Amino acid sequence: MSANNPSDLPVVSDRLAHNAMRNVNERIIEALLFAAAAVSVLTTIGIVYVLVSESIHFFQHVSIVDFLTDTQWTPLFDDAHFGIMVLVSGTVVSSLVALLVAVPMGTIIAIYLSEFANAKLREIAKPILELLGGIPTIVFGYFALLMVTPLLQKFLPWLPGFSLLSAGLVMGIMIVPYIASLSEDAMRAVPMSLREGSYAMGATRLYTALHVVVPAAFSGLAASYILAISRAVGETMILAVAAGMQPNLTWNPTEPAATITSYIVQVALGDLPHGSIGYQTIFAAGLTLILITLMFNILGQWLRRRFRENY
Amino acid sequence: MQIHDTPTLKAEARNLNFFYGEAKALKGINMPIYDKKVTALIGPSGCGKSTYLRSFNRMHDLYPGNRYEGEIRFFPDNTNLLASDVDPIEVRMRIGMVFQKPNPFPKSIYENVAYGLRVRGENNKRVLDDKVEHALKGAAIWDEVKDRLQEMAPNLSGGQQQRLCIARALATDPELLLFDEPTSALDPIATGAIEELVHELKKRVTILIVTHNMQQAARVSDYTAYMYLGELIEFGKTDEIFIKPQDKRTEDYITGRMG
Amino acid sequence: MQNNSLTTEQIRALIAKGKLKDTIFKAMGVFCLALALLVIVLLVADMVIKGSERFTVDFFLNFASRRAAQAGILSAWVGSLLVMLVTAFAAVPIGVAAGVYLEEYAKRNWITEIIEINITNLAAVPSIVYGLLALGIFVYQFGFGQSILSAGLTLALLILPIVIVSTREAIRAIPAMIREGSMAVGATRWQTCRYHIIPYAMPGILTGVIIGLARAIGETAPIITIGALTFIAFLPPVPYTTGADGVTAGLFDWVMSPFTVMPIQIFNWTSRPDPAFEVNAAAAGFVLMAMVLSMNAVAIYLRYKMRKNIKW
Repeated sequence: MSANNPSDLPVVSDRLAHNAMRNVNERIIEALLFAAAAVSVLTTIGIVYVLVSESIHFFQHVSIVDFLTDTQWTPLFDDAHFGIMVLVSGTVVSSLVALLVAVPMGTIIAIYLSEFANAKLREIAKPILELLGGIPTIVFGYFALLMVTPLLQKFLPWLPGFSLLSAGLVMGIMIVPYIASLSEDAMRAVPMSLREGSYAMGATRLYTALHVVVPAAFSGLAASYILAISRAVGETMILAVAAGMQPNLTWNPTEPAATITSYIVQVALGDLPHGSIGYQTIFAAGLTLILITLMFNILGQWLRRRFRENY
Repeated sequence: MQIHDTPTLKAEARNLNFFYGEAKALKGINMPIYDKKVTALIGPSGCGKSTYLRSFNRMHDLYPGNRYEGEIRFFPDNTNLLASDVDPIEVRMRIGMVFQKPNPFPKSIYENVAYGLRVRGENNKRVLDDKVEHALKGAAIWDEVKDRLQEMAPNLSGGQQQRLCIARALATDPELLLFDEPTSALDPIATGAIEELVHELKKRVTILIVTHNMQQAARVSDYTAYMYLGELIEFGKTDEIFIKPQDKRTEDYITGRMG
Repeated sequence: MQNNSLTTEQIRALIAKGKLKDTIFKAMGVFCLALALLVIVLLVADMVIKGSERFTVDFFLNFASRRAAQAGILSAWVGSLLVMLVTAFAAVPIGVAAGVYLEEYAKRNWITEIIEINITNLAAVPSIVYGLLALGIFVYQFGFGQSILSAGLTLALLILPIVIVSTREAIRAIPAMIREGSMAVGATRWQTCRYHIIPYAMPGILTGVIIGLARAIGETAPIITIGALTFIAFLPPVPYTTGADGVTAGLFDWVMSPFTVMPIQIFNWTSRPDPAFEVNAAAAGFVLMAMVLSMNAVAIYLRYKMRKNIKW
């Protein structure tokens, strides 16, 4: 028998062929898995593409200066005005109200759970917060319009049926779980030795929490606040239901006003032809929204780098 | 031995037992701590020396399930530090502690040292400035940091951090200073500086120090206690313990036959 | 300088003050937690009480109607379920595959880094922006129209970060020895993933998927944005049945059907001035809450069990 004859080595060659097949299979699978991971990048590219391309059409009709400085937002009127600040004001006011509720409440809950509560209470409290965070925003909108507004009207009889105030308050409640759980994680990551150092000096729990744990976990707290801002700015349904949808340039939370997001909903509910200027406004509004959230995200990254945990 | 060398008592453990839940970690310890002296606690890992040290400032009260029995008498007022009606915070205000790993707070150098004073409600800038400077000098770190008191403390080197932590403990004029293996995370040079400092500090304050390092115990302490499996095996003057230990187990440990 | 140390009385007063502050803070903490609980309880109680008269079989089997008392949520809950079906079919394979890739295959390079940063940032993108994306791409570019398919894919993109992150966390919790053990007997990377990593990570992945779907089923804004109708008085075609128009539906015709979902139905009823529709909104809100909360409860329970059971 000659060793040069391939058929003399069936086992080895079979195995090699098999291995080669295996290799090809592995490559194909890896490529598929990579494609799945790339979907998230495609999503981002898609978002940027859609917002920018439609906005370009929009800005061919409306100058950026007018967009930023006009004090009226009446895109569907004959005398159309496109002052985005009108919508931005509603977004800013409602977000501020929400943050005034969510930041203190979320931080207090986080400090309480991380520094005071025992394991048992934490086991009960965390699911409650998760359930609160899981309530659909439309249900929160119902809550704001039909429960919180009437309640507020008992104290402020002149409060209109739609207001940034009641929508903002409920948005605040909605955001509490995000701040509480992220901040608590950050504080629990602070090493015990720092706390012991403080207790050994005769500090109380609260003093230790506020003067050692909070500063040590600051970057985590900042991250949770930034996420809260993104949530507040991007929240839609609570505002669409409870804040009214007429554009109103105001800094007064007790007035009704449209926000960037509720304007988009309002237009989408109607039947605007694809490609019309009215259709393009929602992409310009969306672009503004994403730029605002992006700004806060960059600020968040910067804060995190600036105050990286150094314990 | 000189007759006039009878030191005053600063603290005394009397029949001290300690339990982590069900586990008994300290067994019937009786031991004096002498005023303005350095007492070293030595023994193999897990012998209870840190547990014993942390009983003095009631650190065990921070965690659920821990329990003390017996007394630690504190002089001159003869208070039982472990009594249930004695507030652990009050105890900690009288007794300072320096930890195994330097644990500066994420604050400026100045604020780290001022921390204990602020805890005590002191907010007068002049008083704070004075005391911070005094404490930093006392911890032999003043010259290195006096021009950058507002810098973040965690940026200091390990040895500097540990001396800063000593300054932090000194700033409130503690009556007793607890050191829990203060040099185990440091290099030999930084260790030397801390040892020198301990030697210097005993003029002002009573010191109780846990150490893994027998040479260190021999170098810095006046008295040494050898602990094993939660028991106090032997206590005496450092020279005597190291030269002629009474107990076989102490001798084995010191001569390196066990450890 | 040493002489201004405090007297015992001063120290005790100081401690008493500090402890009082501790107590006040504890009360504030309990109060805030109680408030959170109160909101949930009030909300559920209100919807149950107000909506109780609508908890009938008819409510679930009727289409929307101009008359509040006869209106039901049939098209809404069927729509929600079908949209979730599409969402799950799209998000689960893509999300799990992406998670497996990032944990088991990805090399540490700039491409991986971009993907990771991107996933983190996508989680902070407002949901309505996904609606705009879908309006531009799915509805018009791909021509899917205002269909169940468009809505399902939109929500799939929305929850993709949740599925990816939970997959990665679940995989990371598997000790290296399992991987090494499988590789050591000659398994390829994919065989290791398929027969070991993915099965062991399954409970964690499942938890993430359920949480993601619970979020998706309550989402309103992106679906309104793609132009879902608020008034639908028919169901998507059942495969292989013949409709009134005499056309027999194919297996997948339903995905191209117009639809409405629960949150949009609630929105529609909530925004009507007639208080009779409030009752419908309350009842439908309760049904939606029950769906979302029970999904969340299942996820929380799964995670709790996982923590108890798994001991490597």
